[in-house]
Amino acid sequence: MGFFCGTLLGRQTASAVQSWCARSTRLLRLKDFHNRCSREEREACFLQPPTHPRAHTHTHTHTHTHTHTHTHTHTHTPPTTSAAVSIEEGEEMTENSVVHRGKVLTLGTMNPSVKRVEYAVRGPIVQRAVQLEQELKQGIQKPFTEVIKANIGDCHAMGQQPITFFRQVLALCCYPDLLEDNRFPEDTKTRARRILQACGGGSLGSYSASQGIEIVRQDVARYIEKRDGGIPCNPDNIYLTTGASDGITTMLKLLVSGEGSSRTGVMISIPQYPLYSAALAELSAVQISYYLDEENCWSLAVGELQHALEAARQYCRPRVLCIINPGNPTGQVQSRQCIEDVIKFAAEQNLFLMADEVYQDNVYADGCRFHSFKKVLFEMGSKYSDQVELVSFHSTSKCYMGECGFRAGYMEVVNMDPEVKVQLTKLVSVRLCPPVPGQVLLDLVVNPPLPEEPSYRTFFEERSATLAMLAEKARMTQQILNEVPGITCNPVQGAMYTFPRIQLPPKAIAQAKEKGQAPDMFYCMKLLEETGICLVPGSGFGQRDGTYHFRMTILPPTDKLKIVLAKIKEFHQSFTEQYS
Amino acid sequence: MHRLQSLANRSLISGAFDQCPALPRTSVKTSPKKSPCRVGVRRKSQEASIDGPYGLKRYSTSEATVAATVGNGQIREKTLTMETLNPQVKAVEYAVRGPIVIKAGEIERYLQEGGKKPFTEVIKANIGDAHAMGQQPITFLRQVVALCTFPELLDSPSFPKDAKWRARRILQSCGGQMLKHWVDCIRQDIAAYIEQRDQGVPANWENIFLTTGASDGIVSILRLLVSGQAHARTGVMIPIPQYPLYSAAIAEMDAVQVNYYLDEDNCWALDVHELHRAYQTAKEHCQPRVLCIINPGNPTGQVQSKKCIKDVLHFAYEENLFVMADEVYQDNVYAPDCQFHSFKKVLYEMGPEYFNSVELASFHSSSKGYTGECGFRGGFMEIVNLDPEVKSQLVKMLSVRLCPPVTGQAAMDVIVNPPQPDEPSHGQFYKEKGLVLGALADKAKLTEHILNAVPGIKCNPVQGAMYAFPRIFIPPRAVEEAQALGMQPDMMYCLRLLEETGICVVPGSGFGQREGSYHFRMTILPSAEKLKVLLEKVHDFHIKFLNEYSALDEAQRSVS
Repeated sequence: MGFFCGTLLGRQTASAVQSWCARSTRLLRLKDFHNRCSREEREACFLQPPTHPRAHTHTHTHTHTHTHTHTHTHTHTPPTTSAAVSIEEGEEMTENSVVHRGKVLTLGTMNPSVKRVEYAVRGPIVQRAVQLEQELKQGIQKPFTEVIKANIGDCHAMGQQPITFFRQVLALCCYPDLLEDNRFPEDTKTRARRILQACGGGSLGSYSASQGIEIVRQDVARYIEKRDGGIPCNPDNIYLTTGASDGITTMLKLLVSGEGSSRTGVMISIPQYPLYSAALAELSAVQISYYLDEENCWSLAVGELQHALEAARQYCRPRVLCIINPGNPTGQVQSRQCIEDVIKFAAEQNLFLMADEVYQDNVYADGCRFHSFKKVLFEMGSKYSDQVELVSFHSTSKCYMGECGFRAGYMEVVNMDPEVKVQLTKLVSVRLCPPVPGQVLLDLVVNPPLPEEPSYRTFFEERSATLAMLAEKARMTQQILNEVPGITCNPVQGAMYTFPRIQLPPKAIAQAKEKGQAPDMFYCMKLLEETGICLVPGSGFGQRDGTYHFRMTILPPTDKLKIVLAKIKEFHQSFTEQYS
Repeated sequence: MHRLQSLANRSLISGAFDQCPALPRTSVKTSPKKSPCRVGVRRKSQEASIDGPYGLKRYSTSEATVAATVGNGQIREKTLTMETLNPQVKAVEYAVRGPIVIKAGEIERYLQEGGKKPFTEVIKANIGDAHAMGQQPITFLRQVVALCTFPELLDSPSFPKDAKWRARRILQSCGGQMLKHWVDCIRQDIAAYIEQRDQGVPANWENIFLTTGASDGIVSILRLLVSGQAHARTGVMIPIPQYPLYSAAIAEMDAVQVNYYLDEDNCWALDVHELHRAYQTAKEHCQPRVLCIINPGNPTGQVQSKKCIKDVLHFAYEENLFVMADEVYQDNVYAPDCQFHSFKKVLYEMGPEYFNSVELASFHSSSKGYTGECGFRGGFMEIVNLDPEVKSQLVKMLSVRLCPPVTGQAAMDVIVNPPQPDEPSHGQFYKEKGLVLGALADKAKLTEHILNAVPGIKCNPVQGAMYAFPRIFIPPRAVEEAQALGMQPDMMYCLRLLEETGICVVPGSGFGQREGSYHFRMTILPSAEKLKVLLEKVHDFHIKFLNEYSALDEAQRSVS
């Protein structure tokens, strides 16, 4: 094994040196006009309304929010040069009456793909929530006394306590003088010493290798092997990331290419976690939506994948299939059979599989179990495991850890072309390295205290308490929401969210449309203004035309969650009355 | 005339894609100088390669030869190959962690496994990674971060009061726990710090954005700025030599790189005429909209004078350019006659006409200065005169990434809010800071001094930052040999230096340099003793190298 790694690395280096030299020999490179032209075509192509009826629906919903927030964008045509801007906007007078030029960077001149990005989880409703919080602080009277943010999966902000063991080791690593402090259990010190030894100069302040600290990658590999019942995992295939988001965008960046109808198409679930649509917009890739089956507990049907793929082939080249399991925002846990079907589909259609498995430890429902894509892939035999390209993502932000602030995560690539892997390593090296404290944290997550170690008991208790609490809240949320007439909620089998469907009276829909708002945005805004509860409208995640949802986290402490649910119930009833 | 033309062309190295890096010579021949009319042809061939000739490229690694059969026995190719990979990713280059560093890692492993080399350890002078080179962290900073991480320590008597006070404040602003997109109190501290640094020039905390190291900020701002097609595509002016993050980001975004050359003979100073020249030439091909400045310089170590900054800002004002000032080395100024002037302060001093109009983003980081906390990935940027609508776009874009690591944010807070004279940690903090900066100043002098004593090496004074970027004479025969190998001459030089001495430095070609001149970048970070050994080894190696190509006399003549 060791020998294999050595030779592989050697070869990679050789080819890296070669290509590096090739490029640097080319001293004179005129701007590539060809590239420009084709990009223009590509943009034009992308901006055309896609022919796929479903994709159309999706863009349609987006247009609503877009028009609402940035009406001015459409009032003037985007100028192509900054010279054009100054002509257009003319000279402005500043407050102190000094004449100055038009800005270089305006909505008209900025990168259009950035403009297309939408990210509902931190969108306008959240901005309004922050404003309301400030208004409350200033003593302005509201029908509520606090803003409850159930919009984002931020456990600690909702009062979940961090795992003591993790924080102890991190503190030791940050400030090694504490290694002399006898109040720290011995096993925390052993971990801290081991990790510090692996850091340059014995300090967390050194850059790590771009791919991540080697021993951490080894520990991750061992963890995956154990999780998957012994299926081998090579540490060379592990890349540590700055949260899972970083890994997902990096992989998409590699995969997006081609122009016009050969532009990469990426299949994502609807509803989806909006990081995907945001990244695709930024990369000007083509989003191919496949719909989860709400009637069937948000499960994934391969027929639907097939359907979406066929329709998309007309306007792009579908190359990537993204799966979120357990689902965000939908909370479903995929069955083993379903995963197998998806893998078969990916193999047949030559798709690169991206498995977002950050909620792998958040499974609550009886009879549901988490199956990793990698494990299922390898159990399907070498016919599949030798060829299907798969990347799987994990993070320290969710599960029982909830350490969002440390921005830690990893991805495992399987069957990746070795030359592409060199390119991946190069790409991540430009960002230097993922935050080292986060890498340490990840190491502790994959390598928790063993039963014979002094921290085991506390660790185990804290972990179980957190997970049990989440399971309880998942049940409670589903139950209470389903009691409300006009709200139907699938079971929250896993993850941290519920995504109930809400019936909105036609009059409310009409009024929302008048205001240029998506109806569920209208609903959530009103909910926020009247109750102080901050949720994300379903339109930010995508949903079938004519259906409305919201996403709420199950993270607030039980007492608070009960209040939230009661308030929603009350609000929904009065909302329905008001508009019928 | 021809020479001018080539200079002009050179100032426009595109972020274009690279067709086939595995076949250097042919790709070099086919890709430069394409006229727009040949474009269609090239595109076709490219598309063809997506479907087509897979036979060309495979190495026989076990993974690569997997072309397994599916269902009805068709050969299945990988979805993601060099042919289908995003071409902009292929175009990215990043020498600081490039092939030479990968090679250094291999040699290190080889030595660990008991392999024999003419040296016992690899000295990595390739990257500004202070702690890895033995620099000690600032105690106070680590205390605050440890307290934030494990708040139970707030009860411990072994932590000073001022560290606890800061930790409590940060934790409170996080809502009791360690997460918030940007911790507002840290942004306020940064604004106060900037105001103090700039002697009262107002700073608005809402213009400050915390980032994941400075790199993250730079890439984010560039991403906002790049737009347009063909002749209207955004051109980004960067110094040559530059820090390769810039060229890498420009390549990834497919923007147009517009090079302006620093004046090596004048201590790497920036000459505004050169900016004009580069700008005028570039205007024919793209829409130059951004001007990037690195001050103090990386890799060149110069510190810009106030006069020069004024000229640059005036130029940006006249030509309507967005200014990006990379000021991460603002605390690293060693030369007694040099002083750091922030772009923002100078802009203010130029009067409201400038201060209210020039769009300026300035970047800072926890990785450099006297703290050297690279691993924490802390940093911030201040943006002035940004269009408010664009600002909300920026906030939205940054939101997708959720937040910069909070430990880095906490580290940044300590840097901008160090212990005050009446606080218990004040004495130790300033002692540690002074030690680090004093040692760096000594090493800057030492490096320049020893390198200049080597025949065929010429090194400008290291006025600031953490690097020396000496010019090296490479004998014509060695240049020919390198070219025959399809390698940059300074790459060959650095690879041999690594193989023979274990010293890892980065070839100048990774940063850009005038044609026909060769350099390497080395950090001044190793401990003084190690640095002396390192420099002596470079000295011996260089002389041996010259002797080998029997060019010692020539060297003495050429670079004197």
